[in-house]
Amino acid sequence: MNVVVCVKQVPDTSDPDTEVHIDSSGRGVNQSKFSFVINDADNYAVEEAILLKEKHGGEVTVVNIGGEGANQVVRMALAKGGDAAIRLDDEKFVYSDIVATARLLQAAVKDLGCDIVMTGCLASDDGYGAVGVTLAQLLGLPHAAMVKTVEVISDNKLKIARELEGGLLEMNEIETQCVLTIQTGGNEPRYASFKGIREASKKEIKVMDLAATGLSEDQVGEAGSVAVMTAYSAPEVGELAEILEGDPGETSAKLATILKEKGLV
Amino acid sequence: MGDIFVLAEHRQGELREVSLELLTLAGQLGGSVTALLFGSGVDEFASKLAQFADKVLVVDDPMYQNFNAMAYQAALAELIKANKPGLVLIPNTAQGVDIIGSLGVELELPFSTDVIGVTMEGDKPVATRQYYGCKINGTITFKDSDTYLLGIREGAVPAGEGGKSGEVTKVDNPVTAEITVRKFLEYVEAAIGEVDITQSTMLVSVGRWIREDKNMPMMEELAGLLGADVSGSRAVVDAGWLPADRQVGISGKSVKPKLYLAVGISGAFQHVTGMKGADLVVAINKDPDAPIFQYADYGIVDDLLKVVPAMIDKLKEMKG
Repeated sequence: MNVVVCVKQVPDTSDPDTEVHIDSSGRGVNQSKFSFVINDADNYAVEEAILLKEKHGGEVTVVNIGGEGANQVVRMALAKGGDAAIRLDDEKFVYSDIVATARLLQAAVKDLGCDIVMTGCLASDDGYGAVGVTLAQLLGLPHAAMVKTVEVISDNKLKIARELEGGLLEMNEIETQCVLTIQTGGNEPRYASFKGIREASKKEIKVMDLAATGLSEDQVGEAGSVAVMTAYSAPEVGELAEILEGDPGETSAKLATILKEKGLV
Repeated sequence: MGDIFVLAEHRQGELREVSLELLTLAGQLGGSVTALLFGSGVDEFASKLAQFADKVLVVDDPMYQNFNAMAYQAALAELIKANKPGLVLIPNTAQGVDIIGSLGVELELPFSTDVIGVTMEGDKPVATRQYYGCKINGTITFKDSDTYLLGIREGAVPAGEGGKSGEVTKVDNPVTAEITVRKFLEYVEAAIGEVDITQSTMLVSVGRWIREDKNMPMMEELAGLLGADVSGSRAVVDAGWLPADRQVGISGKSVKPKLYLAVGISGAFQHVTGMKGADLVVAINKDPDAPIFQYADYGIVDDLLKVVPAMIDKLKEMKG
């Protein structure tokens, strides 16, 4: 089973210490205080790809769209068991929407001859949850979204579990080649070993710019997009919670009083 | 503007509420609203949808008994090509996300996903979405087209009262070839453990920002003093700190306790959707901008590792 796994580097904005501020362009956020990590769902996709390789053989190729800073997440995926890596990097790729992003991945993936292409099912920063399924159509392959577990049942067939609302699992059979978008929680992402990290540092990350993709300028970035995010704005905030002020001793006393008044303790 | 098509969603013999939400939204945008229903023996669903739509197109075929993205996409593509609606709304659910991107590319339609608000500028939609864990919004504008495709978040618009009596029309299944590349096999229900949090009257619900597994006993102690059960966010379940049946949210449980004490939960919509039924919500989080404070009645903006021990002391003191 040869697997391509697409990984994205995202700011860890769910961290309560990380504030999100819109920058002066209105189309970006101030990133100076962000710490960057592999997107959570992509981390599970990497693990699923490596598990398949360990069980059935084959190679894992890691694909990323990002600047040099994204080498960090690519190298970590290589250290865990990835064999080769491609990073798509060109300033013309900025502002690519779902379709333009999928088109870039298509350019990197189309000649690799893999059995399965995996992406995370959702990126924590822009939350589209659509690039994998879009990529499948561009590649002319069947797909399944929000896949929690993958089992190989024959040379060209997989049994997969899709996770639906309420935690209900929908079991499907799908033929390879195919594209799967991987949900979190279906495996336990490993930590890279020191040996793996050392070996990954020697592996080449092939960089593809616009010319290398064979795409034209009007197929990437904003020009190649069908839906453009034109402006960020502060969310409309409804009524906020009444904030209890004071040190922990005071706030906990206030909360205890409220709970007592409401008959909850 | 042209007609608005809305894909209805059903599962395990039930029409899902999100179908009515999207029809309600479509009705607010103006234009004629058509519900699309793919299923097998779904007359009852069609009647329900007719209360919210001007027309209901039903494709009744065993192929649609259970969801198959490939079959849905093929049928939608044919109906869109034949009828040329101005706008197509699809629930941004586990079903919807399995169709939208591929359908958009197949028909070359401008599309976006997980949209929470839509306004029309002439015949063209402008969409609002959320970014960075629901901390900021963004506005999406589209390339010119005759038809636009939007995935609408479940719960983004409340379902209205209905009151229409749309015409129900059965159409022939436009998909004639059997779909073989992907097949539905069966549903597997989530396992139910010893505690059913949907029945809990008090919940201490923990998020990733309790930071370490070793802080769980502290949360359990707090819950014990309150007579509460412990639930949590997806991240906590993924990390293995709580079993899957304790997860609150879209992919977990919907809960309705008298007290929901959210500890270290940032409050992205995936989680908040599951706690909307709670009577009193109290949130403890270090980040004053955490979305959870928009849903809480009371908030404490502080380090939970300081507040929770203080709260434990206070409750012990009260109990004597």
